[in-house]
Amino acid sequence: MASRSSSSTAAGGSDSPQKPTKTKRTRRKRRKARAVGDMSRQMGESHRRFLQTMMVSGVIDEQAAKALYQYCCETHHTQYAPDKLEDFIDTINSRLQPMFMQIRKGMSENNGLQYYALVNMAETDITRMSSDYADNELELFRKTLDLIVCSENGKASSTDILNSTDSMTTRKMKKSETEHLLSRLVHDKWLSEKRGEYTLSTRCIIEMEPYIRTMYQDHIKVCHICRNIAFQCQICENPTCGIKIHNPCVARYFKGKSEPRCPSCDDFWPHEIPGICCLFSNAVSGHIRPPVVRDSQTLVHI
Amino acid sequence: EDDDATFTQPSTSQVQRGLEKLTPAQVDQKTAEVVQYFLVKDQKKMPVRRADLVKHVVKDYRNIYPEILKRAARTFDQVFGLKLVEIDPKNKMYILVNNLETPDKASPVSPSNPKMGLLLAILSVIFMKGGVVRESEYLIWNTLRKLRVDPGEKHEEFGDVRKMVTDEFVRQRYLEYVRIPHTEPIEHEFRWGQRADAEVSKAKILEFMGELHEQDPKTWTQQYRQAHSLPNSSQASTSSSSQR
Repeated sequence: MASRSSSSTAAGGSDSPQKPTKTKRTRRKRRKARAVGDMSRQMGESHRRFLQTMMVSGVIDEQAAKALYQYCCETHHTQYAPDKLEDFIDTINSRLQPMFMQIRKGMSENNGLQYYALVNMAETDITRMSSDYADNELELFRKTLDLIVCSENGKASSTDILNSTDSMTTRKMKKSETEHLLSRLVHDKWLSEKRGEYTLSTRCIIEMEPYIRTMYQDHIKVCHICRNIAFQCQICENPTCGIKIHNPCVARYFKGKSEPRCPSCDDFWPHEIPGICCLFSNAVSGHIRPPVVRDSQTLVHI
Repeated sequence: EDDDATFTQPSTSQVQRGLEKLTPAQVDQKTAEVVQYFLVKDQKKMPVRRADLVKHVVKDYRNIYPEILKRAARTFDQVFGLKLVEIDPKNKMYILVNNLETPDKASPVSPSNPKMGLLLAILSVIFMKGGVVRESEYLIWNTLRKLRVDPGEKHEEFGDVRKMVTDEFVRQRYLEYVRIPHTEPIEHEFRWGQRADAEVSKAKILEFMGELHEQDPKTWTQQYRQAHSLPNSSQASTSSSSQR
């Protein structure tokens, strides 16, 4: 579940507006809660180290995030509670918010694991990539985004992407240039590639979800189970239903059910139910731990 | 076209008057933009020129520039554990250096940066040789060759190795590669750059050398003295002390 930044704006401290006067008891309760909240809201060296690692790593999976959290706390002799990772990140996010940055969480559509990424929340454009890519490269990326978002299977074939260069308004790209750009985009973790088909990487989905939601309002698919944006998913074949479910969400929802039925219209669910162990093998094979970072990988943009 | 020549640092009273005309939200917003600009540049380890900062980001808020920079520095420190350092008082250039102490244990999530390994090897050699190494001594290039990185060949990971060392590392202020005057043909020497001075612990390098050669670091008396002299004994000064 992508954590909303609202969870951190709802935090107490100097950001919240003045509340109207209440009874003594509620006032005392609120003061105590704020005091405890303030303590965890304190940004310390452990938070800074976590943030620095996020800035360099780009995207990390939940297990790595938990290990990093523990490491940061231990290195700086800060109190460590294993189940308080979200609070820890909330503290960082409350300080990042004025700069339109957040550490957000999102699920991989391939292995169902949760990942954390440091993202720029300014939704205006894909300017986050602009310092690394030329104008015509960005245009081609946008076209690829179009193809993927508007497709049923959340994929764009290399053929379709190559064909889309015909309608470019910026400097046209040759076939070799396009292929080179696509491999760069994969290397920089904006796209994933499998058997000649391109999908959005988990990091891309986490970073660009607000932008995609705004730009493609009418075209985006939403998973019926987890309510997050969905690109690669299964769709109910009932024409009056048509709900979408992520592959990992299908695996989890229908696990152990002998006869899979649509959670919305109860029609028989005709698609292959991926096994949980199938997800696991995706996690093991497709997983790079820790993410390899190149200097060109840019996260924070104006 | 150096816009910085036309930029005169506003006086304290000018800044005060400027602040009175703006809302706190406006000042915060502008500070946030400056912070973002720095972070983007810093991702490539490139210094930020004051002229560019004023021209592209600060713009109409140039009359309160010192206040904006002060607040940005505070944000870097408190939120990111980074220190804003002025590396060139004449040309007004800034870099962000890591302010967090070097941990004893390695991070479980340490993205591999092979360039850093090479850089540290080079910095170690320069430090152990007293702070300067002439290129003609071949010490630097031989060190890399021992690490199976040949500056003469195109490397799989690093590409043009010579360019990486003499150009990229220099632009990032990790190294200095300066021409030795009155040499014919032209010769160069290597020194530590300002970013290395600010970020790399000489004490830790000496410690590592000690382990490598199974010697007590103290046996290198000169280097030991240098490594344990005044903290941050470098040319780089913090923005708070040299903002003028």
